[in-house]
Amino acid sequence: MSSSSMSANISGEPPAVRVLGSWASPFVHRVLVALNLKGVEHEVLQETVGKKSELLLRYNPVHKKIPVLLHHGKPIAESLVIVEYIDEAWASSNGAPAILPRDPYRRAVERFWAHYVDDKFPQGIRVLRGSEAGGDKNKAAEEMSAALQHLEEAFARCSQGKHYFGGDSIGYLDIALGSHLGWVRAVEKIAGVQLLDDAKVPNLAAWADRFCAHPAVVDVMPDADKLVQFTVEHAALLKAVNAPK
Amino acid sequence: METMTRKHQFDLTSQLPTSQAFLLRRSQASSRPPGMADKGVKVFGMWASPMAIRAEWALRLKGVDYEYIDEDLANKSEALLRYNPVTEKVPVLVHDGKPLAESTVIVEYIDEAWKDGYPIMPADPFERAQARFWARFAEEKCNAALYPIFMTTGEAQSKLVQEAQQCLKTLETALEGKTFFGGDAFGYLDIVTGWYAYWLPIIEEVTGVAIVTDEALPLIKAWFDRVVVVDAVKATLPPRDKLLALNKARREQLLSA
Repeated sequence: MSSSSMSANISGEPPAVRVLGSWASPFVHRVLVALNLKGVEHEVLQETVGKKSELLLRYNPVHKKIPVLLHHGKPIAESLVIVEYIDEAWASSNGAPAILPRDPYRRAVERFWAHYVDDKFPQGIRVLRGSEAGGDKNKAAEEMSAALQHLEEAFARCSQGKHYFGGDSIGYLDIALGSHLGWVRAVEKIAGVQLLDDAKVPNLAAWADRFCAHPAVVDVMPDADKLVQFTVEHAALLKAVNAPK
Repeated sequence: METMTRKHQFDLTSQLPTSQAFLLRRSQASSRPPGMADKGVKVFGMWASPMAIRAEWALRLKGVDYEYIDEDLANKSEALLRYNPVTEKVPVLVHDGKPLAESTVIVEYIDEAWKDGYPIMPADPFERAQARFWARFAEEKCNAALYPIFMTTGEAQSKLVQEAQQCLKTLETALEGKTFFGGDAFGYLDIVTGWYAYWLPIIEEVTGVAIVTDEALPLIKAWFDRVVVVDAVKATLPPRDKLLALNKARREQLLSA
């Protein structure tokens, strides 16, 4: 297990914020983007592919999955739960924007769509990259296109003419959906399908480029080609992992 | 999970005597002057759905009046399909004409929209994260472990019961030292998992297996007794005999399919 960036501070204590993660996991990307948006310094501990670290087993004994956020040593698991926690724990830090909107109805709408995204995308991506034995790729592509169509409409309503689902800045739903873009682009190559079709989902296609180029995202989101390579190298492992959360 | 009501879509409610009294007891239709049709709160549910009932529990904890509309899931109303065209599921909450779907999303919305009322979510961000974490665990793991029990028999079923018990045992750790998952008071996680207290004993009776026992799950079993006497819960639980009959018929149909 290698640790990147920050080492222990002067007093020898571990950093206040650590993330147990993997560069390829969209669920980890959500956490890192949220921390970047809030300007929170953090250390990322990269899990070795195919081997769960002792820290992971200790801090997420229930699921044994990444991401896990450690805040002053207290663990939080489940990517969207972590994103909400980050929003609440660093509510007005450095004038950082809110991740969830303030209005209760708008919050609920974004949560509904985030739930929908995780209902449709992880499984679809698994089938399209060949991780699901007997998976029907055509059906998966159709279902994901249908889901994207719904999200195209949701984008119009949520963004109200602005650049992101969250309006002027990246928000919860941008993160929830945007985190899947790396793998969406990867499976487009692997399965030879077009999902982010300019003609069918023009707003989402434009938003996708904006999201991936955003300063909080650009260093977190891997290249589609790297993910394609990852798929080849870890085909057996990806088949073994059940639908990630 | 709303998928439970979708899967068991064959409609037996038409074969049961209409439980008008029961439905009237649940609904609190307020008479609204003309032109005010959009104002107020509506819940679209289904009388036997453990997911839809969550919306009602949350509203009642807040003391919010609402109109309850019972759906025939084999013949969904135009209103339901208009309010929730994406998933077409119950529950749907409509607040001043604005619709919301997804029961856990609805519960958090109710807590935020009526923020000065009864507190549903914990106040502390870390505690909130824990409550949300366990709610997802219950929904994704425990429910997935419980449903197959309903559709199986014999050796296969015994194995599934053990798996479900293991799942619930993990969930039980969140109850240790507490009266409710929410601490002293019935809270978010109790709303999400409270259906076990009423539905699981019925499933046990229908399938002939014991899942939540004093030996296997003592804390959860004791919590069941506390859940069913919470005012919001008491006022909304469907009649036991009707729920039993419905589930017996569903199981027979599933096993003979």
